Amino acid sequence: MTATTHDETPGGQAGAPLRPDLATEPASRRARVRRTALIGAIILGVLVLLAVLAPLLATHDPEAVDAQRILGAPSASHPFGSDVLGRDVFSRVLYGLRVSLLVAVSSVLISSAVAIPLGAVSGYFGGWVDTLISRPMDMLLVLPALLLAVSLIAIVGPGSVVATLAIAVIYLPILTRVMRGSALSVAGLAYVEGAGARGAGHAKVIAGHVIPNAIGPVVVQASILAGFALQIEAALSFLGLGTQPPTPSLGGMLADGRDVLSQAPWVEIFPGSAIAVAVLSFTLIGDGLRTRFDRAGRAR
Amino acid sequence: MTAPVLAVEDLQVTFATGGATVSAVDRIDLAIGRGEIVGLVGESGCGKSTLANAIMGLLPGSARISGSVELDGRPILGESEDQLRTLRGDRMAMIFQDPSTSLDPTCSVGLQVSETIRAHRPTGKGEAKQRAIDLMREVGIPDAAARYDDAPHRFSGGMRQRIVIAAALANDPALLIADEPTTALDVTIQRQILDLITRLTTDHDTAVLLISHDLGVIAQVADRVGVMYAGQLVERADVHGLFAGPAHPYTRALLAAMPTAGAEPGGLAVIPGQVPDLSGPLPGCRFLDRCPVSHPECVERPPWVSTAATSAACWDVAAQLAGSDADARVTR
Repeated sequence: MTATTHDETPGGQAGAPLRPDLATEPASRRARVRRTALIGAIILGVLVLLAVLAPLLATHDPEAVDAQRILGAPSASHPFGSDVLGRDVFSRVLYGLRVSLLVAVSSVLISSAVAIPLGAVSGYFGGWVDTLISRPMDMLLVLPALLLAVSLIAIVGPGSVVATLAIAVIYLPILTRVMRGSALSVAGLAYVEGAGARGAGHAKVIAGHVIPNAIGPVVVQASILAGFALQIEAALSFLGLGTQPPTPSLGGMLADGRDVLSQAPWVEIFPGSAIAVAVLSFTLIGDGLRTRFDRAGRAR
Repeated sequence: MTAPVLAVEDLQVTFATGGATVSAVDRIDLAIGRGEIVGLVGESGCGKSTLANAIMGLLPGSARISGSVELDGRPILGESEDQLRTLRGDRMAMIFQDPSTSLDPTCSVGLQVSETIRAHRPTGKGEAKQRAIDLMREVGIPDAAARYDDAPHRFSGGMRQRIVIAAALANDPALLIADEPTTALDVTIQRQILDLITRLTTDHDTAVLLISHDLGVIAQVADRVGVMYAGQLVERADVHGLFAGPAHPYTRALLAAMPTAGAEPGGLAVIPGQVPDLSGPLPGCRFLDRCPVSHPECVERPPWVSTAATSAACWDVAAQLAGSDADARVTR
């Protein structure tokens, strides 16, 4: 039996840091992560600029059909080629990016706007208030994301606004849970109790002290989810449930290009790449923010 | 003594945990008058902070509280949360142990002081800010106006505790509860903070309940002292009486365990044994298992008896006062 007592701590070293990955994480790695976050922000900035300036940058009307240019290869006047109906792919990608970014960002913002107060209240009060908020959220979390979106759209009808709201509903339980966990740990801290001891009301304490201190993880999660939201919107549009034609959308363009992939790959490649690059930028930003908040957490 | 600011009578706090009932605070009587500083000493877990939180109405919902607490003659135990909130930070205020955690890191220090003012008085932002700056100056923050917007991490521990004190005294409370206000600070700063609390509360005639495990702190500032053990008050006296002639065996042991500079090498005096499990029924003296003396009566609740200097809840003290013969004492 004496042998087992030694075996209980395999490789256990006295004074070994609790989280060696954090303790020994070299500054150079952190700097690299910060640099990738910067790259992510730059990419996103360029994409946003392209989307905002789409009316100025587009070489053609994204919805104009041209029988002469059906599946035309990329050329000087049509840098990304033309699609099945002879529409300019470059212009359509720019306008598609508009819709995609708008849906991605607004769905996450809507979701956060509801999730942050709900999660804060849930984590701060605990008890039956927590149960009242968390159990329905758990139920929502059980449903597969895309299925939930598809059923909501089946009830309300397709469209980019509905897609936005559907994505917001999908993210609501995720963001609420993150906020709740974060608020729960903040609510136990002395300064929250202290604010109560100075006579501040619950609403003041939550808005003034709990939310500002607990919001970090939600921001990280939201920026990563924005990337996924863009993917979900593309998937819904691909299925014909998101943005409705003739309005161009990246997902819808993927659906259009699927049948002609071998003859005219440019119809598929450019919107596909646009989705990939946009998702990547959100993920890079999320990663960078997480490192930042981790560090802030450790400094305390 | 005129009508006390704080009058606690027969206060009991129990927590129901997994079938067992833990008696955290048991039958405490306490009164603090205007401008008086009452110290409360005892080791960690003896119920000092629970008592403070019970007075402030800050205990979690799982706590069961009985007895009576009166602030300025008004019974506040069992008052609604809304009623209590109007009192907290206004008529009664609290200073916490660790100034590095009792200030919100994302909120400027000035705002946290003015927040206290605005929570209780319909004050304009500018007026509250001016008052907060005055308070910060009063507690000794240099260049207070310029530092109003600074975040807490830009202040040292002692300066942060001064901010906490400014926030606590913002509305000129009748009662200030200081729960280990200097424990997280080093000794030189400790002295300054204690002086500050003493000076301000004397100026404003505030009643102070000073909680500490450090007898040195109590000796420096308190007028009267209560000694707590395992949730009960075991001795109370004025500060000179307690240090001159402690009566309760626990107090004597506590004083003997105080390290003194230049003491003989050979280690520190300790009190043998452990604090009893507070979840069981404890009808008798709670110090019984660790007490160097014991009487057959010790299994029953000890009576309060007074000597010239102090009063204690102890059968042994009672026996000595009654002049009973030494045979009754069983010395361990």
